[in-house]
Amino acid sequence: MIGFLARRLVGFAVTLGVVVTASFFLMRAVRGGPFDAERRLDPAIERNLRSRYHLDWPAWKQFLQYVGPLNLDERGAVALGGDGSRAFGGVLAGDFGPSLRYRDQTVGDLLSQSLPISLALGTFALLWAVLLGLAAGVLSAVRRGTRLDFAVRLLATAFVALPNFVVASVLVILLAFLVPLLPVAGWGSWRHLVLPALALGAPVAAHVARLARTGMLETLSQDFVRAARAKGLPERLVILRHALPGALLPVASYLGPAAAGVLTGSLVIERIFAIPGAGSHFVNSALNRDYTLAMGVTIVYCALVYALNSLVDVAYRLLDPRIETEAA
Amino acid sequence: MIAGGQAWRHLRHDRAAWTCLVFLGLVLLASLSAPLLPLPSPVAIALQEEPEAPVAPWRETFRHGFRPDDRDLSWIDARLDELRQDLFGDLQTAPWLGTDAKGRDLLSRVVWGSRTSILAAIAATFASLVLGVTWGAVAGLAGGRVDNWMMRAVDALQSLPFIFLVIFLIGIVGEYRAELAERFGIDREVVFYLVIGAVSWLTMARLVRGQVLALRKSAFVEAARVAGASGPRILLVHVLPNVMGVVVVCLTLTIPSVMLFEAFLSFLGLGIEPPKVSWGILAADGTEAINPIRIAWWLVAAPAAAMGSVLFALNVVGDGLRDALDPRHPGNR
Repeated sequence: MIGFLARRLVGFAVTLGVVVTASFFLMRAVRGGPFDAERRLDPAIERNLRSRYHLDWPAWKQFLQYVGPLNLDERGAVALGGDGSRAFGGVLAGDFGPSLRYRDQTVGDLLSQSLPISLALGTFALLWAVLLGLAAGVLSAVRRGTRLDFAVRLLATAFVALPNFVVASVLVILLAFLVPLLPVAGWGSWRHLVLPALALGAPVAAHVARLARTGMLETLSQDFVRAARAKGLPERLVILRHALPGALLPVASYLGPAAAGVLTGSLVIERIFAIPGAGSHFVNSALNRDYTLAMGVTIVYCALVYALNSLVDVAYRLLDPRIETEAA
Repeated sequence: MIAGGQAWRHLRHDRAAWTCLVFLGLVLLASLSAPLLPLPSPVAIALQEEPEAPVAPWRETFRHGFRPDDRDLSWIDARLDELRQDLFGDLQTAPWLGTDAKGRDLLSRVVWGSRTSILAAIAATFASLVLGVTWGAVAGLAGGRVDNWMMRAVDALQSLPFIFLVIFLIGIVGEYRAELAERFGIDREVVFYLVIGAVSWLTMARLVRGQVLALRKSAFVEAARVAGASGPRILLVHVLPNVMGVVVVCLTLTIPSVMLFEAFLSFLGLGIEPPKVSWGILAADGTEAINPIRIAWWLVAAPAAAMGSVLFALNVVGDGLRDALDPRHPGNR
């Protein structure tokens, strides 16, 4: 298990390293750059700005400064010729540098304001989606062939197919304009959370329902369930105690992709509902050429998805000891 | 793996899947023959004729006075457009689905927008078939260390949330658009389709590799090897035909997700750019038009219905195919 995790960590680090390196040099090579405004800056001001962001350094030095963990400018370690007031910096030290668009804020500041919002939204969406999806899937498998089963299958297939931004628009029209129950957009109270979380979780709930239904049907046809029934256990106990764990397995393995899906889905949802989360920061930064912010969010989200995936894999292997850790 | 003909028969008997397949065929036909249909231009802004845009759907059936499309149509599309003039003259449909805030006909925009989704699907299919199948098959056949490294590359790529990288890259590519157009003759749209292809082959590679790994040990491949068949011959003649079932099922899963991805990027303003049309752009227009004073619900409903029905049908066909190709499925014994 530890070997498996270690190998995945190495693979992830190498991939992310390649990605960061490639995109760093790509964005340095881009003509223009973040200080291209309609109005030409005074040469002295521009020189100051460039030296403030170390754009006057050679590319390799900028890259080392960005990656870290050592700070290379005049406040760096004494051994490197600085005054030692700030020896460490760069991504490896948890510092993603200054934002190029929001002049007086660092990427770290922006992330620490916006990430909790995105995480709250994502957690809430994932929570309701998994709970409802699981309940619907299990119920539909137990009542196989009934009208309820048909309705669950139809709804699940429909919501797998509908993109979450379409669900969001429909929800806004229905629940904010036609029946003015909830606020249209914004962030602040729990009422602002409901519509975006519903829209964000809808596809996940549909996927979970489908997986839970298939898993439950498969488990219900197994011999040990028949044995449990034959020895006279009440149906409720057969389903909850014996069959449910089997139905949970495919759902558990889907949680990693589901979390990634919620994170990416939040890019759009945060934009629609004007939520000041990391997702909307990311889209704006990509459109505004705020490269350090975009790269910071990319790195953080990649790490987050990687950590969640690993967590889910570990949980999955604990749930089902038959899985060979080495095979993956 | 059961024979293709048998799977086809099973699919014919799956009424839901068959209906959806026919529906998808009709959508494809309408999309390809868009210039032939008597639809108004999807991009011409007509605020003079529709003073109170957006106009609600279904107020009249037909009207006269077709205005020619001023876009550059491809050669085939231009021929189809001439054929339309012969068939319908200056007759055109009234706004059956209403118009958007700029007076553009929504039905026409939905039909023309479907071409973007289909192009994205073609890009993904092509990448999956060429890159994904080859990668997976070579890894599976080679085995050992080669297989290990090739699959580790796929794993590493799959562990990243691709959308972030793609958005990041598209943002940077946007900077180079003039140079790209000058030197290589490609615009951002081509880059966009390339990116879509690049992210869609990973699952295919993994699935094909698993299947090939199982086939590699089978008696008929061993026999071919003993008979002196070369590696490429084994791959093309003996292995690939037997992988087709997995490939088809995987494609029916890849295509909807790619269509969603296209809509997602276009919605964010990072994919297809106006005046070109895509369902993602239509959905973005609809979301923008939501306001409490006048709810233009059709602007949301039309792209939602288009996207929803096509993706729904694709999913149903995919499920049907999976059942039809699954030897363990009750009907196939």
